[in-house]
Amino acid sequence: MARQISFRRKLGFTFLAWAIGLIIFFPILWTVLTSFKPEGQAIAIPPRFFDFDWTLENYETVQSRSNYFRHFSNSVISAVGSTLLGLLIAVPAAWAMAFSPTKRTKDVLMWMLSTKMLPAVGVLVPIYLIFRDLRLLDSHIGLIFVLTMINLPIIVWMLFTYFKEIPVDILEAARMDGANLRQEVIYVLTPMAIPGIASTLLLNVILAWNEAFWTLNLTTTNAAPLTTFIASYSSPEGLFWAKLSAASTLAIAPILIMGWFSQKQLVRGLTFGAVK
Amino acid sequence: MATLQTQTAARFMMAPAVLLLLAWMIVPLSMTLWFSFQRYNLLMPGMEYFTGFDNYRYFFANPNFWAALTNTLVLVGGVLAITLIGGTLLALLLDQPMFGQGIVRLLVIAPFFVMPTVSALVWKNMLMHPVNGFFAWLARVFGFQPIDWFAQLPLFSIIMIVAWQWLPFATLIILTALQSLNEEQREAAELDGAGPLSMFFYIILPHIARALTVVMLIETIFLLSIFAEILVTTNGGPGTATTNLTFLIYMQSLLQFDVGLASAGGIVAVILANIVAIFLLRIVGKNLEA
Repeated sequence: MARQISFRRKLGFTFLAWAIGLIIFFPILWTVLTSFKPEGQAIAIPPRFFDFDWTLENYETVQSRSNYFRHFSNSVISAVGSTLLGLLIAVPAAWAMAFSPTKRTKDVLMWMLSTKMLPAVGVLVPIYLIFRDLRLLDSHIGLIFVLTMINLPIIVWMLFTYFKEIPVDILEAARMDGANLRQEVIYVLTPMAIPGIASTLLLNVILAWNEAFWTLNLTTTNAAPLTTFIASYSSPEGLFWAKLSAASTLAIAPILIMGWFSQKQLVRGLTFGAVK
Repeated sequence: MATLQTQTAARFMMAPAVLLLLAWMIVPLSMTLWFSFQRYNLLMPGMEYFTGFDNYRYFFANPNFWAALTNTLVLVGGVLAITLIGGTLLALLLDQPMFGQGIVRLLVIAPFFVMPTVSALVWKNMLMHPVNGFFAWLARVFGFQPIDWFAQLPLFSIIMIVAWQWLPFATLIILTALQSLNEEQREAAELDGAGPLSMFFYIILPHIARALTVVMLIETIFLLSIFAEILVTTNGGPGTATTNLTFLIYMQSLLQFDVGLASAGGIVAVILANIVAIFLLRIVGKNLEA
């Protein structure tokens, strides 16, 4: 029995929610619009909403002046690389914890989660010094390693909550049919686990892409992802709003789209399964 | 059911993750602890010596520490208040029947996916600029004097930016919790004559209480380490007006090269975060048993 809602009330909620939604979304919309403006009209007062000379020159300038796509590919390399490496380490661990739990499994999980609570600044100095001595500063390998380690607990947790929902009976049936551990993993578990692994992958690419403590402190030019590159606009170049907007739009677009697809997993992944 | 063989296999499968995380935690943390008892400045290599608790004494005696601690608490508290109250109201609204609900949801959660350096710079330059910014134009349209945000209200400006980033997170999680509220329970309360207010306080609030706690704890963990937003907007200034603990330690280590002092600060930050973490772990742990 659905409640009867008057049409007028529904219209009222629609209006209010859209108004608030658009206000919250406005800074993003404004950035995208500004990225298509000529620099002079970007700072115009009163602001131009749609009546400006649409142009793509900012995107061209950002690329030609700053080698934008190198930073973009650095972001892809570090985000995707760290997520894949994380999955490689976490899938076996989460599998073991979900299907062969022992008395200590819960403690191990909780302990992994607790490493995530370690504030980055508490280990900034040693990591920086170690990286300096190993010549890992501003390198892809170093950055991928750090991003893998900070996201590993979330990856293990998310996979664990997904794997736990796979019915154990089906594994036992496979075992009865003579499947060994390897076959069990490849033929039974993997197909059922793919959706969970995919959403874990998605969320962690998002988190790694936007990570802005280690990327800012450990990279300068060679391995600098977009977070570091955009931060360079904080000095005088920030006055070029249209170019800042073009660089920003490209930096957030892929992740925004991925994020929209992964809303549900986001809740689960970021609350460690406490809210579903 | 687990046989000895699968037990051994399980241990091997967990080993890489456990050992790596253990190393990631123990090695740098014990180094930080060690450095925190040393007189150690990168500008004076080879001059390190043991100083006991001196670094801690300097760190606590430094007026900047107390300013940074206050700023950290105001920043975390301010953002929490805005996102928890705003998130609850917004989630209640989004839970109502309306046209285009899915699209509104997408609009509302979008800021969460914007990288911190982008949102900070967009807000600072394009929205909060005292002359050409969008807010300045709005103020003038309504006949007010535009505010020079980062000069007059530096910490509040940062709170606004960070709250904009985290409001979607709070909304999304509270909304998820709201949607699991039993429709029949709600109807029963309605039949018993509960008005909107008593409905909220006696039915809805208890139901989303756990989601609220989880949001609060997770946000606190992340908000204690706010860094990028401060780095690209104010660099901790004016003065120490927007320096939080993370930023203070960053300045001491990577700008002043005082490894010993920064490490002592790092240990203090770890202890503060742990106090929060204990509560969060307890809640998540309870859920694990259920």
